[in-house]
Amino acid sequence: MPLQSVNDFVIRFANVNGSGSASANELFARAVLRMGVPVAPRNIFPSNIQGLPTWYEVRISEAGHLGARGGTDLMVAMNPQTWDKDVAAIEPGGYLLYDSTKPLPKSKFRDDINVIGVPPTAITNSTYTDPRQRQLFKNIIYLGALSALLDIDPKVIEQLIAEQYKGKERLLSSNVHALHLGRDYTLKNLKCPIGLRVQKSDKVGDRIFIEGNSAAALGAVYGGATVCAWYPITPSSSLADAFTGHCKRLRHDAETKKAKYAIVQGEDELASIGIVIGAAWNGARAFTATSGPGVSLMQEFIGLAYFAEIPAVIMDVQRAGPSTGMPTRTQQCDIISAAYASHGDTKHVLLFPEDPAEAFDMAAQAFDLADRLQTPIFLMLDLDIGMNHRLCLPLKWDDAKQYDRGKIMTAAMLESGVDFGRYLDVDGDGITYRTYPGTHPTKGSFFTRGTSRDRYAKYTEEGPAYQDNMQRLLRKFETAKDLVPRPLQANAEKPTKYGVIYFGSTSPAMDEAIAMIEAKGQYLDRLRVRAFPFHSSVASFIADHDFVFIVEQNRDAQLRSLIVNECSIDPVRLVPILHYDGTPITARFIARSIGEHLDALKVTPLRKVVS
Amino acid sequence: MTYVVKPKFRHPELPKNKFGYTHRDYEGAVSTLCAGCGHDSITASIIEACFELSIEPHRVAKISGIGCSSKTPTYFLGNSHGFNSVHGRMPSVLTGANLANRDLIYLGVSGDGDSASIGFGQFAHAMRRGVNMVYIVENNGVYGLTKGQFSATADRGSKSKRGVVNSDSAIDMVGIALQIGASFVARSFSGDKKQLVPLIKAAIEHNGAAFIDVISPCVAFNNHAGSTKSFDYVREHNEAVNFLDVMTGRPPIHVDYAPGTVEMVEQHDGTVLALRKLDAEYDVHDRLAAMSFLQHHADQGQIVTGLLYVERDAEDLHGHLNTVAAPLNALSEKELCPGTAVLDKINASLR
Ligand SMILES: Cc1ncc(C[n+]2csc(CCOP(=O)(O)OP(=O)(O)O)c2C)c(N)n1
Ligand code: SF4
Ligand SMILES: [Mg+2]
Repeated sequence: MPLQSVNDFVIRFANVNGSGSASANELFARAVLRMGVPVAPRNIFPSNIQGLPTWYEVRISEAGHLGARGGTDLMVAMNPQTWDKDVAAIEPGGYLLYDSTKPLPKSKFRDDINVIGVPPTAITNSTYTDPRQRQLFKNIIYLGALSALLDIDPKVIEQLIAEQYKGKERLLSSNVHALHLGRDYTLKNLKCPIGLRVQKSDKVGDRIFIEGNSAAALGAVYGGATVCAWYPITPSSSLADAFTGHCKRLRHDAETKKAKYAIVQGEDELASIGIVIGAAWNGARAFTATSGPGVSLMQEFIGLAYFAEIPAVIMDVQRAGPSTGMPTRTQQCDIISAAYASHGDTKHVLLFPEDPAEAFDMAAQAFDLADRLQTPIFLMLDLDIGMNHRLCLPLKWDDAKQYDRGKIMTAAMLESGVDFGRYLDVDGDGITYRTYPGTHPTKGSFFTRGTSRDRYAKYTEEGPAYQDNMQRLLRKFETAKDLVPRPLQANAEKPTKYGVIYFGSTSPAMDEAIAMIEAKGQYLDRLRVRAFPFHSSVASFIADHDFVFIVEQNRDAQLRSLIVNECSIDPVRLVPILHYDGTPITARFIARSIGEHLDALKVTPLRKVVS
Repeated sequence: MTYVVKPKFRHPELPKNKFGYTHRDYEGAVSTLCAGCGHDSITASIIEACFELSIEPHRVAKISGIGCSSKTPTYFLGNSHGFNSVHGRMPSVLTGANLANRDLIYLGVSGDGDSASIGFGQFAHAMRRGVNMVYIVENNGVYGLTKGQFSATADRGSKSKRGVVNSDSAIDMVGIALQIGASFVARSFSGDKKQLVPLIKAAIEHNGAAFIDVISPCVAFNNHAGSTKSFDYVREHNEAVNFLDVMTGRPPIHVDYAPGTVEMVEQHDGTVLALRKLDAEYDVHDRLAAMSFLQHHADQGQIVTGLLYVERDAEDLHGHLNTVAAPLNALSEKELCPGTAVLDKINASLR
């Protein structure tokens, strides 16, 4: 029985990297969005496998589920190298769209799927002579075929093409022509539509479609970052690229055309973080974008910034480690290495955005926090939200907002005779005043160093002075708990002894999983942690429940360790739910794993489990 | 150990410079280095150069790495902000600081271990980016602070205090600086204040990456017979190609040099360098010739000192990046934040 579904299915495009498929695929996703149906696309691009395969998966979900679902209902198989695997991945009753120009033996197919042959190669060969055109338009022909098969309004795609090629009439009309070549062939030769269909709806609203890296970069622009230093590494490079692009458009002086920013591609991550620290020491808002291996290289400098109390923003777009690991796969695996980065006793502030909209907010906020707390701030993105377009709330800004530059002692304050001690805690919040270099001819200068010093920044190796300073740094970290974004709690419809804690890109899968779990009559209160250090509500949430599941995308239950360690909580009550194969976590996985635990807990009296 | 603060007593007749500062105003805490350490002489030269140039001390940012040499910024310009960063990474920290505020003078102080070993890469990249700075390497051929191991600038065949002969070939930082595009390159000797002070002054006035390799004997670990960085060895093998006089803000009318032996070099800010040539053939604007001259003399065991290269129309990193004239750290939300109207448009383009 062929799969039947309206506005709820997964389509996967299997492409050859560099074949120009990316823009056609994105066009497909946008067309569905324009029909008012939410989509969640994901790029899957192995780092180094023969045949240069890339996949683009689009989940179409009227219900608005934006997490990965798993499984493929319709495979658009355009890469001969991955054919066997792609065909095998289709759900029973699903569909396979393939290039039927060359006949394939029956053994290449499956009996339990629906095979749809369209010959884009034959069509392009008879229409175009230029090999590049043949390649590019093949993708559009597929799109045309899909519009017929899935009942997508071709006008919507034409409109998108028109927007894309505004002012380039020839490209515009040739793309529209190719679209109809594919569509007309399909309508004429095949039964349309198939069991999977897209129907106009109104579930998108005013939401926008943007990659997390681009949103975070825009957050940096809005947050006043003027210096960016970085070293290329997947999946963070597109963040620095996006910052460059945004700055070119938004940050040049209208009259002089000069840049109100400086971007340096460092020679490595050490230089990048060094530049950030130097700039921030000197009063500019500065950040770097990197991934796990880069954070590893930055360790010594991060300790300096912590100890010398220099603001620095580090955007870590996480990928699967350790080492080069799976560089093009997603994980949340740098939690511990970021939270405790560097040698000696250190702790750092981490922010966990769930999607691009929050990445924008938190990126901007990171600069306020860095200046206020005078310490490194990590924005913990991951490949899943960083490098994929995600439907999210429109980006918001308040024009009345002023940057919080933190405790800066000015020349006037120095002149008025206040007692300036760079490490003197006058307010009791652990945060001390700093001066920018060059503030005053005779007052307020100090020496910044990674060695211990007293409250007036004088070098000292006296134990009590050292401890005094280390204790103050802890006080400052306490202050941070109330400054960072609070966790968000959502309670189940019925009172329950069970809770779940999750963070970052797990969000959409978690939302969907909750519905599945509740459908089985099980209830869970949820807490989405948005920052480290943990607000007191994290500990009280755990105290309020017998068992709390901690869902994360790494092997070692890193957030759980951090909670156990920082909130002094008995680990037995924290049940790890771990997904770490490099694919984004799915609702099915969460619902199944938590469901199994809940079933087990139901049959075993609580006392037994604990003892 | 804590630093001793110098008494603030001022002699009323201490000479004052243009801004009314005395020599004292350019000093820092009392040095804790070994008595006789070459680095202290460099400190004295830096103080002298800043005094003579009438620089306002607080308009200087002093940044260093880690090492005896990197400690010296505590000993000069006590009213300047300083940053003793991490080992080998002064160049990146300074680059960032410079990007944040192009209006200050950046003085980078480093050692040969700091810059030729652990920080070799950062040294190279700061030079090739043209960061507007004075980069001083206090070069003693050893790691002073960690007690005398050979550094990467130790000459092959030179002998350690314990009698071990160095078998690795040396990195000549001047050669590297020339090769990778530093726009001002000089070498001097900590014991030759007359040569060093004007070189530092010229380097400060230079707009771009100015590198000075200063041979600076370590009396504790590298001043014995068999060392090629000892006071005696350097004095014997010093081959100065020129001497400088730096004239700020006024044309060089009265110059008492024999005709033909002096070249006037104008810097971008109007400062004029009067270059007294000791080697009539040596051309300070010829990068290639400088490189071969240096190699040639190094082969003969000679240490070439003086202003070795200066680019006439050097441009710095801010020039390359086309940044605004105002310091980036002085820009407010008004200049930096595009605001909601723009954001609404961006949102609209993402639907
Ligand atoms: C990452 C790191 N590794 C090693 C050290 C130890 N260390 C301190 S100073 C130094 C060498 C300094 O040599 P140089 O730069 O030549 O300075 P000098 O003391 O000779 O002036 C070393 C290896 C350190 N501080 N940091
Ligand atoms: S050990 Fe050498 S470099 Fe260090 S202070 Fe003593 S003489 Fe100077
Ligand atoms: Mg040394």
